[in-house]
Amino acid sequence: MIEILKEFGPNFLWSDGYRWSGLSVTLWLLVTSAVIGLAAAIPLALVRTYGNRWLALPVQLYTLVFRGTPLFVQLLIIYSGLASLSLVRESPSLWWFFRDGMHCVILALALNTCAYTIEILAGVLRTTPRGEIEAALALGMTRSQLFILVLIPSMLRRALPAYSNEVIFVLHATAIAFTATVPDILKIAADVNAATFKTFQAYGIAALLYMSLACALVGVFRLAERRLLAYQR
Amino acid sequence: MFLEGYGYLVFQGAWLTVQVATWAACVAIVLGLLGALAKLSPVAPLRLVATVYTTLVRSVPDLVLMLLIYYSAQIGLNQVAEAFGRESWQLNPYGTAIGTLGFIYGAYCAETFRGAFQAIPFGQLEAARAYGMSHWQVLRRIRLPQMMRFALPGIGNIWQVLLKSAGLISLLGLNDMVQVAKQAGNATSRQMFFYLVIATIFLAFAILSSLALKHLERRYSIEPRRSVS
Repeated sequence: MIEILKEFGPNFLWSDGYRWSGLSVTLWLLVTSAVIGLAAAIPLALVRTYGNRWLALPVQLYTLVFRGTPLFVQLLIIYSGLASLSLVRESPSLWWFFRDGMHCVILALALNTCAYTIEILAGVLRTTPRGEIEAALALGMTRSQLFILVLIPSMLRRALPAYSNEVIFVLHATAIAFTATVPDILKIAADVNAATFKTFQAYGIAALLYMSLACALVGVFRLAERRLLAYQR
Repeated sequence: MFLEGYGYLVFQGAWLTVQVATWAACVAIVLGLLGALAKLSPVAPLRLVATVYTTLVRSVPDLVLMLLIYYSAQIGLNQVAEAFGRESWQLNPYGTAIGTLGFIYGAYCAETFRGAFQAIPFGQLEAARAYGMSHWQVLRRIRLPQMMRFALPGIGNIWQVLLKSAGLISLLGLNDMVQVAKQAGNATSRQMFFYLVIATIFLAFAILSSLALKHLERRYSIEPRRSVS
């Protein structure tokens, strides 16, 4: 165990000089996909709840498909499936994008978490207290002011407890990246396993790393909840 | 030719995925019940073991745990057998995959069941005790059936996640639907087509199970009609 940590610790935690460490790759995947997913989910959740039927229906279909199929299959479609199409192979820009495992993993994770986040936000929007909307209208706010100043901030605050769960799930989902040759924590663990045949220790270290990341995230979100949801106490 | 002649293999793979997911769900429900009862038991060591189990398992990605348990189980077994001077035996890969998935989702089930047990109105338990029911009778006649009603939505969600996780067993080298699609795609160089086919099958499973769960929930949420006041 100690020898493994001595030899491979740098690969897990910090850089070994010329490559990113597993931890930093996992964090990068988590942050980029969560940010992209959330940014796309906010307008789409509004469309899903307040848009007319022809706008809301495609969003509903999107969340149904992406929540109903495994992320692994979505990644396979994006990473191996699209690369097998001649349309993608012959277009230089598309091929540049889909050739790289990292791009594919971030795209798959972002699309996946976006679908779940839309449902979380839409659920929260539906339970917006009537009083908040009535107060805004009583103050003479226009429709866009109502959305920007009242509905969206209120939605983001009240979605926090559910969204923190979703971020933990994204962290867990990033482990799939190693199937697309992205060197995240699990890929390093698989390499260590291949080099030392110490399966339990290799994957055990990865499990401990993911666990401490999850605990840190829970702590951060608890602090954020205490600040942003202070009015509920 | 249906699916370029791979129709039957894809069907077999899909059947295998469903079987593994179903058996894993059974293991998870049993483990979840035991875990929830242990978490609520008055015996401190039991509570500790159950808390460690649910916390550890739920904070680690399922894929990492699957690789960890699946590959370590055989090695551990060999070491135990060696310590007793016996010949070790080969674990059945399907059984191990089912056990692994069940072990992981048992932790999630335990949390759901614990919440459901705690949602039972205390008066009902007191009433049962007042009728002179034994501890076991209260559990079987009141707590389990009442708990099931509260647990059903949560268990349904866990089943949906478990079903999707079952798609990962191809990474353990099992010949499930995803593995078949990979092979068929590589052989015919129509990867996109075969991946879309299995995605559709997964989606169909998800929709079917959500319909079935809705039906079950309706059935279990029958309440005695309240008098009109």
